[in-house]
Amino acid sequence: MFEISIDSIEEYKSKSLLTPDCGAVVTFEGRVRNHNEGQCVDSLEYEVYKTLAEKEGEKILQNAKVKFHIINAFCIHRIGHLQIGDLAVWIGVTSKHRREAFKACEFIINSVKEAVPIWKKENYCDKSIESKWVYCQEDYH
Amino acid sequence: MKIKVMYFAVLREQAKKSDEILEISFTNPRDIYNYLKRKYNFSLEISELKVAVNDCYEDFDIELKEMDSLVFIPPVAGG
Repeated sequence: MFEISIDSIEEYKSKSLLTPDCGAVVTFEGRVRNHNEGQCVDSLEYEVYKTLAEKEGEKILQNAKVKFHIINAFCIHRIGHLQIGDLAVWIGVTSKHRREAFKACEFIINSVKEAVPIWKKENYCDKSIESKWVYCQEDYH
Repeated sequence: MKIKVMYFAVLREQAKKSDEILEISFTNPRDIYNYLKRKYNFSLEISELKVAVNDCYEDFDIELKEMDSLVFIPPVAGG
């Protein structure tokens, strides 16, 4: 399941994804860091086109299930005004063995960054620099 | 023809609105974006955008119908 949340997502844990046949759980946390491309970042503002984002996000999770034969996949993305250290995206993948779960988790975060209509604006520590909408680059950070 | 347009991120800021109903004679997203780019001085070129019609990604040359909902999607940056 793919979800968008305006509220904190800090409480997300993998336990809810577990099933008796699962031997591996891989989770990913994307957090707001304090710098980007040489600039000191003060906070981020995320915006979403919710209907399409949920649709595209769900498609990515279904593709991951088919491609990597995993058992379960979940992704939640925060929107709104986030501070440094806040959790922006949480992904949990379960599978029988670890290899599929690692691969699927990376596939999901890469695909989310590429295809889900979510945007982020950087606010800088130096207030003389105008806040800017940033775009994901081809190479994955 | 009436078309509902929603704006997000940089396009919302440049249009200074989140949505509007356009009454126009253009019938595809490409012509509508070119019209809006001039009207609001949008900084993004059409080649940098994707387009969604009625909440589905579509082609810029699709033929629109009365009261379709249209969203021009700037480069995304989730994660």
